[in-house]
Amino acid sequence: MSENNVRYLLGNNAIAMAIHECNTDVIAGYPGTPSSEIIEYLARMKPRGHVEWSVNEKVAMEVAIGASWTGGRSVATMKHVGLNVASDPFMTLAYTGVKGGMLVISADDPGCHSSQNEQDSRRYAAFAQVPCLDPATPQEAYDMVSFAFEISEMFETPVMFRPTTRICHGKSDIRLQTAQPTEHEIGFEKTPQRWVMLPAHARARHRVLIDKQEEMTTALETSKWNSLEIMENARLGIIASGVSSVYAKEAIEKLGVKVSFLKISAYPAPTGLIREMAGSVEKILIIEELEPVVEEIVRTITAGMDVEIHGKDVIPRYGELNMGTVEPAVAEVAGIDYSGFQARRSEIELPNRPPVMCPGCPHRASYYAMKKAFGKNAIFPGDIGCYTLGVQMGTMDTCLCMGASITTSAGIYHAGEKTPICCSIGDSTFLHTGIPGLLNAVYNGADITVTILDNRTTAMTGHQPNPGTGLTVLGDATYMASLEDIARACGVEFVMITDPFDIEGTIDTFKQAKEHKGTSVVISKQECIITARRRGIRQKPFGVDRDECRGCKGCIKFGCPAIEFDPPQAEGEKGHARIGSLCVGCGVCAQVCPFNAISEVET
Amino acid sequence: MTEFDLVIVGVGGQGAILASDIVGKTAVNAGLPVMASETHGMAQRGGSVENHVRLDCRYGSLIPQGRADAVLGLEPVEALRAIHYLSPDGVVVVNTNPILPITVLSGNAQYPGIDDILTQLEGRCTQLVAVDADSLAIKAGHPLTANVVMIGALSRFLPFDREYLEDSIRSLVPPKTVDVNITAFRLGREAASTTD
Repeated sequence: MSENNVRYLLGNNAIAMAIHECNTDVIAGYPGTPSSEIIEYLARMKPRGHVEWSVNEKVAMEVAIGASWTGGRSVATMKHVGLNVASDPFMTLAYTGVKGGMLVISADDPGCHSSQNEQDSRRYAAFAQVPCLDPATPQEAYDMVSFAFEISEMFETPVMFRPTTRICHGKSDIRLQTAQPTEHEIGFEKTPQRWVMLPAHARARHRVLIDKQEEMTTALETSKWNSLEIMENARLGIIASGVSSVYAKEAIEKLGVKVSFLKISAYPAPTGLIREMAGSVEKILIIEELEPVVEEIVRTITAGMDVEIHGKDVIPRYGELNMGTVEPAVAEVAGIDYSGFQARRSEIELPNRPPVMCPGCPHRASYYAMKKAFGKNAIFPGDIGCYTLGVQMGTMDTCLCMGASITTSAGIYHAGEKTPICCSIGDSTFLHTGIPGLLNAVYNGADITVTILDNRTTAMTGHQPNPGTGLTVLGDATYMASLEDIARACGVEFVMITDPFDIEGTIDTFKQAKEHKGTSVVISKQECIITARRRGIRQKPFGVDRDECRGCKGCIKFGCPAIEFDPPQAEGEKGHARIGSLCVGCGVCAQVCPFNAISEVET
Repeated sequence: MTEFDLVIVGVGGQGAILASDIVGKTAVNAGLPVMASETHGMAQRGGSVENHVRLDCRYGSLIPQGRADAVLGLEPVEALRAIHYLSPDGVVVVNTNPILPITVLSGNAQYPGIDDILTQLEGRCTQLVAVDADSLAIKAGHPLTANVVMIGALSRFLPFDREYLEDSIRSLVPPKTVDVNITAFRLGREAASTTD
């Protein structure tokens, strides 16, 4: 029977509970898969400290830093690419160090499940010379949080906490501990040598950072997150990091190989344990996702030793690991004849099922109008959000990083491209890093149209509020930032707001923006259909009048998943469109139909 | 024998997470270690979703190919797309109602015939349970309970007593929908026991 302190929890929920139990004073983050639920769960717990969705990751990091310098415990959460945005404060924070314990949660996404790259945050930790914890399971993630705060306070260093997608979005039985209440003395003390990074202070703090490395490395090496099991007479040693260690364990058991095993979940990598293993085996295989962070250290340590090293020669440096990659690699290095199960995929061809914009999604309507006004040959730089799915409509020609739509548009224009340029960026992304790009476009005279797809939420990561929504993470009312006012304050003379569900009006607005010389802004404003329906907003669904439908497929090309096509039943017929039960009644297809064959259905 | 590797697949929005939560939570209530992984983020927008639930598992949450004891398909093409996970000794429980992907709606791809899909599935497992979960969900009282119908159909292969699963359903669904979900679960379980 289950014990009552064991619960079935999402990894991010477990992390949130641990942060809560550590009496964290300030938690700030920007949504990003796979990190988003940490703050969402924390907000629901009504913690005693302050929780916020910040405008971007750099802001979140700095808010958390301020709290730590004032003696509070703090956490900044973000996805791995968010750390790029926050890397400026992060790198120098390593010099200043912290006062209250501070965790930087950078959730990595090996395999790019929902990301534009799969960079390895362990590199950042090594770059900044701060400790990094890389949990192997959701339980370990939960258990590590209090340790991370302790290490942070002991060495006055920020600690990077790096769960991957499989930890964040893994669920398991989590054994909860009793919270140990801690009190933090709050008060900012003026200590310019610590907090003012003038060159003279920075030089001194750089030495402090380097000087504490040895002691910090020892403390992490001997922590329970790294463990070495030497198997007597084993010729092979396996070193595996974080989540890879559980795949390695499974492969070792399935293959029945006799190995010494070193699991690494705390960095800097434990050099003593590595040396001990290297002295007892003939071969070492390093299993780690993405970058050869451990492997490089192992190779350095074992240089000149009589031990054979394998790692990225048999384990891919890209993508997410699983048993399918780990098991054959272990077999190969162990010299076992391996003819694993030959998994067969379907023998009949299956249609792909890419993610799509929802039925009734306002982005689809915006893009339809944008394409009508600008023509399909215009250049459509894009950004990061649900609307990146506009690639299916031909209105997403670039997607690089948050906020890059406006700036790359300007670059394309300044390079001398003569084709009209119309980019799109979501409301949350615009507030995140779009504003400096817009200011820059006006300042430097870029003749481009910037479309702000304002669906009143941060949709893709799970509908988090942002400053444009007028709500905080706790659902409390706050100042509602006006995108129009911000655009005007950046110096944009042409700013128009349009409702994308009014197709004709929106096409007309885009046409005017296209004609305007200089930077123009179109705010296409219509609430995300998911949040609208959650608020109880229901529209009558639409249907096709089969007598009026000529089978032209204009509505099919519009691409709404609610519209299907019944092929012709007899020679000479053209077939008919049909609107299925997914229809939410946005009514855009009725405007798209050239034969007025679509109208509201009385229910 | 309580080790059981289950792959649950479907389309974003079908309630695959609730389906895996019912199984995972039941495992925890029964004192079993469990590791699961879920699809969140962009793929949820009408794309293919794939959840893994490993009962009595001390390793990672990802089920190795060819080792799943069961594939639960909330949608037929998705069941076939995940068939490489199934052990040759495994079972398939599948909802027979297709959801056409945008690639088919836009005429760029063909949706295979349902009989072809079922024949393919049948050739890969020791037992195929095909359930018209959409109709049973409507019979239970709400079309959105098709995922719970499917858990009902799967339930007799799981190493738990029915009551444990029903307790989990009660604790996971909104209070107002407990009765309809329990009915859905029982209809699915009944349907599975009559398809032999």
